Amino acid sequence: MVKKTVSRCYLTVIFLFLYLPILVLIVLSFNDSKSRVLWGGFTLKWYFSCFQDETIMNALTMTLKITVVSAVLSTLIGTLAAIGISAMKKKHRAIMLGATNIPLLNADIVTGISLMLLFVRFTNLGFVTVLIAHITFNIPYVILNVLPKINQANRYTYEAALDLGASPLYAFYKITWPEIKSGVFSGFLMAVTMSLDDFSITFFTKGAGVNTLSTMLYTELRKGIRPELYALSTLLFLLAFSLLLVMNYQSDRELRHHPTVIRRSE
Amino acid sequence: MRRLMRQLLAGPYIVWIIGFILLPVAVILYYAFTSDTDSFTLKNIAAIADPVHVKSIVLSLKLGFSCTLVCLLLAYPLAMILSSFKFRHQSFVVFLFILPMWMNFMLRILSWRLLLSNNGLINTFLEWTGIGRVKMLNTPASVVFGMVYDFLPFMILPIYNSMTRIKDDIIEAAKDLGANRLTILIKIIVPLTLSGIISGVIMVFVPALTSFVISDLLGGGKVLLIGNVIEQEFMQGTNWNLGSGLSVVLMIFVIASMALMNIFDKDGGAAVW
Amino acid sequence: MSKKLIHFIDITKSYGDNVVLDKLNLYVRENEFITLLGPSGCGKTTTLRLLGGFETPDEGQIIFDGKDITSLPPNERNLNTVFQKYALFPHMSIAENIAFGLKIKKKSKAYIDDKINYALKLVNLDGFGSRTIDSLSGGQQQRIAIARAIVNEPKVLLLDEPLGALDLKLRQDMQYELIRLKNELGITFVYVTHDQEEALTMSDTIVVMNQGYIQQIGTPEMIYNEPVNAFVADFIGDSNIIHGTMICDKTVEILGTKIPCVDEGFGTNRPVDVVIRPEDVEITAPEEGFMAGTITSVIFKGVHYELEILANDFEWLVHTTKFYTVGTHVGIQVIPFNIQIMNKPESEDEEAVEIDA
Repeated sequence: MVKKTVSRCYLTVIFLFLYLPILVLIVLSFNDSKSRVLWGGFTLKWYFSCFQDETIMNALTMTLKITVVSAVLSTLIGTLAAIGISAMKKKHRAIMLGATNIPLLNADIVTGISLMLLFVRFTNLGFVTVLIAHITFNIPYVILNVLPKINQANRYTYEAALDLGASPLYAFYKITWPEIKSGVFSGFLMAVTMSLDDFSITFFTKGAGVNTLSTMLYTELRKGIRPELYALSTLLFLLAFSLLLVMNYQSDRELRHHPTVIRRSE
Repeated sequence: MRRLMRQLLAGPYIVWIIGFILLPVAVILYYAFTSDTDSFTLKNIAAIADPVHVKSIVLSLKLGFSCTLVCLLLAYPLAMILSSFKFRHQSFVVFLFILPMWMNFMLRILSWRLLLSNNGLINTFLEWTGIGRVKMLNTPASVVFGMVYDFLPFMILPIYNSMTRIKDDIIEAAKDLGANRLTILIKIIVPLTLSGIISGVIMVFVPALTSFVISDLLGGGKVLLIGNVIEQEFMQGTNWNLGSGLSVVLMIFVIASMALMNIFDKDGGAAVW
Repeated sequence: MSKKLIHFIDITKSYGDNVVLDKLNLYVRENEFITLLGPSGCGKTTTLRLLGGFETPDEGQIIFDGKDITSLPPNERNLNTVFQKYALFPHMSIAENIAFGLKIKKKSKAYIDDKINYALKLVNLDGFGSRTIDSLSGGQQQRIAIARAIVNEPKVLLLDEPLGALDLKLRQDMQYELIRLKNELGITFVYVTHDQEEALTMSDTIVVMNQGYIQQIGTPEMIYNEPVNAFVADFIGDSNIIHGTMICDKTVEILGTKIPCVDEGFGTNRPVDVVIRPEDVEITAPEEGFMAGTITSVIFKGVHYELEILANDFEWLVHTTKFYTVGTHVGIQVIPFNIQIMNKPESEDEEAVEIDA
């Protein structure tokens, strides 16, 4: 019994450590005072001014654009790549997976800098270079989510479908796709979260005119803190919460059995 | 024939690997080993021996170690408690503990700046209790604090995952053979979660070592990590060759720390991802 | 008879609303091979886990060697368990696995090495000490699990369906191994299984359990030849269980026919269950048996043929070494000694059991 109480206390302390900062942001977002400590009454004005703030809104639009486009493209390229890799001989597969690991294991700052050094040789930094960078670090996550599904899938069922007269495309759609689609979906969701959260790589590849939420916030935070950002935080937290609920619902088990769903941020 | 066709699906990715994974590495290596007149040099790499750089890399290692150690000490008991839960909502509780990770990284730092600042909530509370205000923001400690907050979930998850893979009957067998709680922890649970510990350590240590944003925003420019030095070479200075050289050194540190961790992992089961 | 080593007194255990054991009383004698036999959910594994110390009873006492061990943790009990899925420590070599318990007891290195060699020889895996666990087959892993348990010289070895994960041939080999081990070690074995053949082959005593109650305790012969109720009869071996009426002593009526038997003392005109083993049914010419019917199915089983005979609206299961063709009209005869009369179950609980089985 004592042990149980100690356990619960410990959980509570860590829980508070993790959520206290978020709670503070949420509370402050409704605070009708610029003070960080005193409560000045309930207001929604920071939410209104947040939506009217051009900097924030531009960064939000840019983030969504980059996230959606890069997630879709990296899911497409990554899924095809995973199918291709699964058909390769052991040696070739090892080479491919080794290369896939480079962006995963390398420090983000180094990945960002090396991409920037490449880009500036050929073009100006901007939307396209950020997009390419995001696709580059997203593809490995898609592959790591899809590949195990393909390996798990019964490869004889695909061959049986061909044997029964299905065309390869039809056999893929009817047999292989149902078996791998949960992997593709979680790969896509991971690409989305990675893109939403990335700072370092975007920071180095973005050029002057482009700002995602992360890079915009970095600039803002160095200047000082505006209450509109509390409102933004609250909204983004709710977004992340609902996104994760969907993910959790979609594959409760997979989340626990594939540690691949996590990535260091920054 | 059909196998070859399937392999061809990886074509776009192979192009991508060459163009955007291998080529950038080659470019950064090229910059690192040349001077601004494009002639071969080792001075960009050797620049790490410059006292300023030595100081920053030592500080990076120090803060990286502290952060990793704190994360490990916090996460291990937590993972143990979480995995011992046998109730229906277990996965939801675990989910709650990793949820903050999905909140935008920059906003999590923002909240700690609010809490730690001199007129922030914690200091107001301390003053109210009579302890008095303590300078917390813009110190190395606040940087470690922010890192721990940011990276803790990356330690929790792999350890929790390896913990849930230990079957109940293994623990029962150990008890049956006379082991008490401490023996079970040392002889059974820790060895069986070693791969999770190693994954967690790598996933926390590498970003902590290479971080530059946390130190910038919570250290107030006073805590200069190797990441900050590199960033400044690119964004404020113009010596890209030097920046590349230091980046390559940083890469070597990352690779070395991973290799070091893999030595501990006897059975080679540590899957970082 | 040797002395009583373990005594379960009025043990009750439930999980939530589900009562797994209800006032169970059972004793185990020293050096006995006792088997708890029953279908899944009958409480046999719970009984074993209570003895191992992995569960504590809600009520009742467990006495072991004269001491109350009811709430003693597993690591302080002088008995060891062989787990169903072996539960070997995957990060240790075979020798380290076997040495685990001895190291905790702080035995000397020489003693431990000796013991490892002895145990490996005993389970026929001499020289396997430095191998890893995953290099072993299922059967070998099970032997190591046994070796790991017995080096601690427990007074009692608990075995929880240890052969359940093995294939048929290996299972039969291991049954002989276990009997040999039991004889060499001279300790008490408490064995849990749902496999009646295993139980009949190895045990000194069988405890048939169902739904938390002990149905019958006895030697394999007793359990097989004189099942006390329809559940036991049905669970142990094949049998024909027929509703009947005890007309008077030594006469029972089944399927509208009065036949002689040897049982007495059931009173008159009392409803009973009649058990007749398939190998006890004799096939005769139609007019010579107490009943006549038609063969509806013949299956070759190796040593014998398995026949189904429809007689008086009942499908008789019959084992015979002679071959018959389907459709043959035959008579059925059973000698009085082979007719087993049992009281009808009284409680509704037991009734329900009968339907389940």
